[in-house]
Amino acid sequence: MSMTLFWDIISWVLLLSGGLFVIIGGLGILRFPDFFTRLHPAGMTDTIGAGLILAGLMIQAGPTLVAAKLALILLFLFFTSPTATHAIAKAALRANLRPVLDSQSDINHAKTKVR
Amino acid sequence: MGNFLIYVAAALVGLAFIFAFTRFIKGPSAADRVVAFDVLTIISITGIVLGALAGERSIYLDVALVYALLSFLGVIVVARYIEGGF
Repeated sequence: MSMTLFWDIISWVLLLSGGLFVIIGGLGILRFPDFFTRLHPAGMTDTIGAGLILAGLMIQAGPTLVAAKLALILLFLFFTSPTATHAIAKAALRANLRPVLDSQSDINHAKTKVR
Repeated sequence: MGNFLIYVAAALVGLAFIFAFTRFIKGPSAADRVVAFDVLTIISITGIVLGALAGERSIYLDVALVYALLSFLGVIVVARYIEGGF
């Protein structure tokens, strides 16, 4: 197995798993019941989905200026997206948005789960 | 094969864009819409980068970098507005 094929396979795996993470995050942000649970797929899409796709493209580009620009975007996303998620969560708490917990239907659901 | 997989990843990203945009339209509170907007911008950045490498135009990478900066600022500003104090 030649070396270029090895790196190509790694980059394909990274691209496909990144696309998978992005679509799972999109599905989660559509289907989750609560604002604070929706923050989880949002952060997942921001960091690992985009990160894996950018890493796969960096391997495809090779050691060029394109890879350097992609690394810059990746570094920037790794610092800004947790900050943005944290700011939104804090703003929602200050705006009196509470997590949905301990409602009667939730308790009944938990009891049926235990049985 | 590599180019084909770039298109596959772009299709997955486009589908995720539709899901997040649905949440952006029907989100009950403003905070839901901000989260959906955040995800939409990240998905758009990924789509721009995929398009740049599929079309071999490296100028789009600069566009993606500036878009990341501006979307981060936009999310922070709207979050501060929801919080109720500048």
